[in-house]
Amino acid sequence: MGIELLGGRILAPFFGSSVHIWGSIITVFMLSLSLGYLLGGKLSTRSASLATYGLIFIIAAITLLPIALFSQWLMEAVFLNVEDSRYGSLLASMVLFFIPTVILGMLSPYSVRLLVKSSNESGQIAGKLYFISTLGSALGTIVTSFYLILWFDINIIIFSFSAVLACLGLLAIFINKSRQHHKMELSHV
Amino acid sequence: MFKRIAVFLSFLLLTIPFAQAKIIHQERSLYRNILVEDNSDLRCLKFNVKSNKTQQSCFLKSQPQQLVFNYTKLLMTSLLFNDEPKRILIVGLGGGTMSNTLAQLYPQSQIDNIEIDPAVIKVARDYFGFFENDRVKTYNQDGRIFIKRALLKKQTYDWIILDAFNGDYIPEHLMTKEFLQEAKVLLSDNGILSSNTFSLSELYAHESATYKAVFGDFYQASNKSNSNRIILVSKKGFSNNKYNDSINENNIDKLDEKLSIYGVDIKFLYRNMVNTKSQQGWPKNTRVLTDQFSPANLLNAN
Repeated sequence: MGIELLGGRILAPFFGSSVHIWGSIITVFMLSLSLGYLLGGKLSTRSASLATYGLIFIIAAITLLPIALFSQWLMEAVFLNVEDSRYGSLLASMVLFFIPTVILGMLSPYSVRLLVKSSNESGQIAGKLYFISTLGSALGTIVTSFYLILWFDINIIIFSFSAVLACLGLLAIFINKSRQHHKMELSHV
Repeated sequence: MFKRIAVFLSFLLLTIPFAQAKIIHQERSLYRNILVEDNSDLRCLKFNVKSNKTQQSCFLKSQPQQLVFNYTKLLMTSLLFNDEPKRILIVGLGGGTMSNTLAQLYPQSQIDNIEIDPAVIKVARDYFGFFENDRVKTYNQDGRIFIKRALLKKQTYDWIILDAFNGDYIPEHLMTKEFLQEAKVLLSDNGILSSNTFSLSELYAHESATYKAVFGDFYQASNKSNSNRIILVSKKGFSNNKYNDSINENNIDKLDEKLSIYGVDIKFLYRNMVNTKSQQGWPKNTRVLTDQFSPANLLNAN
């Protein structure tokens, strides 16, 4: 949600601040989240592990970087080729936000897979996950729109989001490693 | 007898502001509430019911020529620097008063009006006698996009008027360094840009610093009774005093003749213009607004 909010500010210099800008951004985010859920669910059926989970975080972090690094010339290319700012903004949001949002969407179903131990508790765990992710979205929205944009450049905020995701990914991989290590020690004894 | 009539008349005048305002048109557009209000002879366009701050455009039905708002008069100070603008760009239509006045003053000039809200264009046409022809055109577009596209077509303007801000909401992408740089390229060699702004709060400093970063020192025309200020900048950059900026007494007299029928006292406005070189009212290290950093609305609320 933090990124979605920044989306409007990133697009404004090239596509203005008409209502259709938000239409484009929300459409692209919803579309890519829905695909992400589908893919994440699919992926979770193949030997799900905390390591893969961490890798998804890291890939998401990397795919956010082009938003900060290349958005200017990407938007310029779209601006020059698409006269209608409705389709221009739709295409630009697609190019900038589609891939990272798909990957971030994959995290939700994958989390369910990792946390659910029995079918009996699955509903409760899914409920808790929805709770945390939606609450996180709410926080991301308010903190970004009330404070972050008042203090920092947009690119700094994006780099920070990316860094936080990368750290979480590394943490998951690290925990996974130490658990395996632990298991191995146990089996040796 | 005369005295009595005078007393009666002044009483009548006094009661006008208290007369019941009548809303003759109201609609909810994609962007805002639009109200057209009649208050005896005065017709106003408003974007919000509650505050008086949001009057966008007013005119007197009996004397449509008279410029009612101070800021529209203040904008005329731009003509001191360039008194024959051939191509004029107005960003933010309102009731179209500015466009109408300029179309009368300069019937040979090309005037392009840019307005983001189609409902505002319609209201200007239906209720404010907004005048259009081959030379006076209206485009329903975001100002920034129009300017970017105009640059691609290698167009230039002698006078750009930015009037897209109201007291409630500021389009933040029209207040950044990058935007002003684009607008500067769009100006012809003798081109002038004048911006009608409202900033009172912290934004005042940021906005000023941004204009100065792009154009150098500028003139400000403001009226003490309200919060409007007009920022005047030129493509070439101003020197720091009025006499060096190609204003001469002849010019002023000529302009005074032209403008007096609109209720504009250009001599008075000229005397009250201030150059930021001599009077800079903001801290030197103020952060410039950019596309990366443009929390104009948050700054304005503080």
